[in-house]
Formats: sequence, structure tokens, C-alpha cells
Amino acid sequence: MEITTKNLAYTYQANTPFEHRAIYDINVSIASNSYTAIIGHTGSGKSTLLQHLNGLLQPTAGEIQIGDTIISSEKKQKKLREIRRRVGIVFQFPEHQLFEETVEKDICFGPMNFGVPMEEAKKKAKEVILQVGLSEDILEKSPFDLSGGQMRRVAIAGVLAMNPNVLVLDEPTAGLDPRGRTEIMTMFDKLRKEQGISIVLVTHSMEDASLYADHIIVMHKGTVYKQGTPHDIFSNPKELIDLGLDVPETVRFQLKLEEKIGKRIADPSLSLQDLVKNIQHFFERGNGL
Amino acid sequence: MNKSIVQFQNVSYRYDENSPLALKNVQFSVYEGEWLAIVGHNGSGKSTIAKLMNGLLFPEVGSVYINDINLSDDTVWDIRDMVGMVFQNPDNQFVGTTVQDDVAFGLENHGIPREEMVVRVQDALEKVNMGEFLDQEPHHLSGGQKQRVAIASVLALRPRIIILDEATSMLDPRGRNEVLETIRQLKQEDNITIISITHDLEEAARADRIMIMNQGEVFHTGNPTDIFALDEKLVELGLDIPFTHKLAKQLIKHGFGIDDSMLQEDKLVDYLWKLQQKI
Ligand SMILES: Nc1ncnc2c1ncn2[C@@H]1O[C@H](COP(=O)(O)OP(=O)(O)OP(=O)(O)O)[C@@H](O)[C@H]1O
Ligand SMILES: Nc1ncnc2c1ncn2[C@@H]1O[C@H](COP(=O)(O)OP(=O)(O)OP(=O)(O)O)[C@@H](O)[C@H]1O
Ligand SMILES: [Mg+2]
Ligand SMILES: [Mg+2]
Repeated sequence: MEITTKNLAYTYQANTPFEHRAIYDINVSIASNSYTAIIGHTGSGKSTLLQHLNGLLQPTAGEIQIGDTIISSEKKQKKLREIRRRVGIVFQFPEHQLFEETVEKDICFGPMNFGVPMEEAKKKAKEVILQVGLSEDILEKSPFDLSGGQMRRVAIAGVLAMNPNVLVLDEPTAGLDPRGRTEIMTMFDKLRKEQGISIVLVTHSMEDASLYADHIIVMHKGTVYKQGTPHDIFSNPKELIDLGLDVPETVRFQLKLEEKIGKRIADPSLSLQDLVKNIQHFFERGNGL
Repeated sequence: MNKSIVQFQNVSYRYDENSPLALKNVQFSVYEGEWLAIVGHNGSGKSTIAKLMNGLLFPEVGSVYINDINLSDDTVWDIRDMVGMVFQNPDNQFVGTTVQDDVAFGLENHGIPREEMVVRVQDALEKVNMGEFLDQEPHHLSGGQKQRVAIASVLALRPRIIILDEATSMLDPRGRNEVLETIRQLKQEDNITIISITHDLEEAARADRIMIMNQGEVFHTGNPTDIFALDEKLVELGLDIPFTHKLAKQLIKHGFGIDDSMLQEDKLVDYLWKLQQKI
């Protein structure tokens, strides 16, 4: 499923004294089976943009096309149900999407709401709870009696249970321990490769953006500042740093080494393996070792 | 060594009778003016420790002392005056209808005179770069802006001990740096004690000491260098090793003669530079 925006804008509390233009002139495209990362400083409009991807917010100007459905500032769409099923959002704060008495009921709520029989939904709940690295006994607990990271995992499980075509993730690894972080990011990546879904990830981790995404959108002060491949985006570290962002630690290390040596080693290394390989090649090419 | 301002003596805690212990025999001290980072896997008991430090919970077994006062029903208010806490989710913390009311709220409760209050609120919000959002409703902020306001609320109170429970998890890289720098300065200037709970190694590396929690128990405490030397053990505990360590290991595998003294970024760069000059 493809999602495209055309001059999309959103103003909170429009036509009141508290009016606040959060995003404007947004033209982006999320291709089917793609992996898009959205990066940008605090308040740059990332979460606001995300909430348009499944019709939670209606643009106040411009439009968004989600599959065959167009939502524009002029006309409110009625067929949002199908979109909500196909585009699953994990919110920035997990508490915002947990509400049932038990974790099991919480995870089953979505699928059952779309007509999946209870038994099947429960089976699915068992499956996804393991997928996010929790054990089955947590299903009986109240989602509010969990640690922060456990709550985050339950929120992710609830969205996975819906089998969405597009998985929209607003800082999904905030609050996860390092192992959980790697496991969950690997799981998302696998889902995309094996099941053909697309992923939209908002993150402050430049490492995750460079490792997993094939397309990166840089938001700045409410609009798209730049977009391209990880290579395009991270080739210009100074620019990103000026925007309050950073470059992946592999790129930063390489840059530091190149400055010290006074020679270019290779294209920016987007992963640890790349960096090691590039350093090794550099020395093998008659530069010592 | 400074005097110990927080002391846990054999503390155990469980949330209800049927559940396992969330904390088992936890024993540690935090010294006045120190920055202690607490790390550990999800569910290892970090937030439970935080809640026991300001009397949101009471130990089932053992005792908690804050500035030599034993935490109990009778002392909980004195203790809360000394301990300011920023929660994992800032939404749970907001009480005011505007950002400035929210930050002022705690000060009013402490009977701070109005003129001083205004100054402190402004100052705290400026420290976290939220000076332009005075009249915004806290719930109408972005995730990172909410975290900044939550931090400002505690800064304004100027408590002796500040607990940050993953308080910077949603800040952009520069924002996180700025906030941590502000906190470091406070610690330096006012001898405030900082306890930061975090999954971010770079944040933990700024602390004087790091304490690792594992399944409700204190696994190890030490300065950042000691802790990072645990290396693969950290990975077993669900944690991570610093980037330069990972890089050094890979390079060693590929035949580079790197030793333990080169595990910092600058030193590793230096080593590679010298190696290159030899040609
Ligand atoms: N409900 C709301 N009402 C009014 N303004 C809002 C609301 N939500 C967000 N804003 C404002 O819109 C702007 C964009 O917010 P948004 O949440 O999209 O940012 P973000 O890029 O997700 O930031 P962060 O990284 O901090 O989560 C911010 O300036 C914020 O204050
Ligand atoms: N309100 C609660 N009621 C019942 N059990 C709880 C409650 N809060 C936490 N627990 C349980 O106590 C244990 C420790 O939780 P705690 O919140 O201290 O972990 P944590 O180290 O802060 O984890 P995280 O990194 O995920 O925030 C976990 O097993 C958790 O499920
Ligand atoms: Mg956001
Ligand atoms: Mg916690």
C-alpha cells in the first residue's frame, strides 16, 4: 500500500487564539514495502505527520492519499475503518494506547473489533507477546502494572496483532533495554522482508535510521528539510549537526579519523561492519598494516 | 568520601502478595553531590527503586534512609521535600493547565513567595529551552517538549536530590546533550545529588558511578570504566557495550594490534593515525 501527501499542512486549534501551525508543505511518498525513517529535532512535526498516515488527523490544508483513499482538508473521509486496520500506529507514549484490564484483552481488542473471533484473537495475542520478548504469563496482568519497557512492548504487540500493511512507529524503542531494542528493530526489519509490509519509523537514533531505512526524511521546523537515502543524508554531517541532529557513531568516528589522517577513507560507513571493512581496505591499499 | 545521602539497607519489595519480589535485598548508598546512573534490563527494578526513594512505595523488608531520615509514613513529606523526581512518562506528572502553572504548582505547595516563584519558573523553563511555551497547555506539547517541561518542574524546586527516570529518552541528540549538561552544572554549583535511570550508555558514562540492576538485585556498582570493562557480561545482562569497544574488538579480529589502553575514541583514532604514518 502506498501513501502520498500533497502540500499537506496541519494547524492545531485552527481559528482560535491558540492556533499553532505544526506542519506545512509536506510532500512525501511512502512506497509499498519500503522502510522510511523520519528524523528531526523536538517539536519539528514528526508525530503530527504520523497521525495523518492513518487518518487520525485530517489535514487543515493539502491532502493525503492512503491506498485508494484520499483525505483532504475539504472533505472528511468516511471509510477510515479500513485504513485504521491496514495502517497500525505505535504511539510515542505507550500509555496512550493501553486501556483494557488485562494485557490479553488489550491485545485482542483490535483484532476483535475487526471481526476476528475471540479464540483466534487470543491465539494471536500469545504469538505477538512472544514476538516482543515477553512471556505468556504477562497476558493476565493489568497493562498499568508493568514496567515502562514492558508497557512499550505490549503496545507494540497490540499493533502487530492487527497484521497491518503499514507499520507506523513513533520512537518505538524509547524505554527498551539495549537487547530489547536490537531484538525489536530486527523483528520489524524481518516483518518487512518476509511479509512485504512497509515501515515508517520516527527515531532520534541515527544508528537505527542508517541501519534499517532505505529512505530518510529530515523534518525541520514543521516541514521537510531534506530527504534521500541514508548515504545522501549522512554524507553531510555538519548540516545535520546544525539542525540539532547527529550522525551515526560509525560516521562520526570515520570523520574524526579522516580529519586526523588528513585523507578520505571511504564513503560514510553506515554500519560497524562497513566501518571495519573500510578501515581495513584503507590500510591494505598500501597505507600500512 | 562525602556523606551518604541515600541509603538502601536490605530492601525487598513486591507489588502484591502473589507476585515475585520486584526488589531483593537491595543495598547501596549514594553520596552527596554524586551522580549515580542506574542501568538494567526492562523490569529489573529501576523504577521501583526510584519510587522507594521518594516514598511513593515503602519497603516490605529493610529500610530506606534519605539524609539520615528513615522513610516511613511519618517522614514521607520531609523526604519528598528533598527528593525531586521526573517520571518515565511526563503526562503522569502534569497538573497545571499551562506550562508555567505546571512548573509553579510545586513551588506554591512549598510556600515559595510569589515574586521568587515567577523568577524560578522562568529560569527553569529557560534552562530547558522552553521559555517560549509559557502559556501552552502541557498536554498539547510534543513528546520531547513534555519531557523538557517535566524536567523544568523539578529544577524549579531545587531539591537536594534529583531522580531522572528515563527523563531524556525522547529528546533529540542535541537536546539531550544540553539537558544533561545543565544537570551537570547544577550538580557542580549547588552540590545536588543526581540519580539517573537510563538505557543510554552515553548518559550513563557521564555519571560518577554506575549501578547495574539485574532481576531485582544489584549486580554490580563501579565507575564507568570499571563497568564498561565488564564487556560481554554486559551483553548477557541485556545491556550494551560502548561503540569504541565494539569497534576495537572487530579491528583486533582483523589483525590490528589494539590493546585495552586504546578503548577511548581519541586513543583509537590516535593509534590508527600513528599506524598510517609508519608507512
Ligand atoms: N495537541 C496539540 N495542540 C497544539 N499544539 C500541539 C499539539 N501537539 C503538538 N503541538 C505542537 O506542534 C509542534 C509539532 O509537534 P509534534 O508532536 O508533531 O513534534 P515532534 O516532531 O513529534 O517532536 P518530538 O520529537 O518532541 O516528539 C510542536 O511545536 C508542538 O508544541
Ligand atoms: N504497579 C505495578 N504493579 C505490579 N507490578 C509492577 C508494577 N510496576 C512494576 N511492576 C513489576 O515489577 C518489576 C520491576 O518493575 P520496574 O518498573 O521497577 O522495572 P524497571 O527496571 O524500571 O524497568 P523498565 O526499564 O522497563 O522501566 C517488573 O517485573 C514489573 O512488571
Ligand atoms: Mg513526537
Ligand atoms: Mg522503569
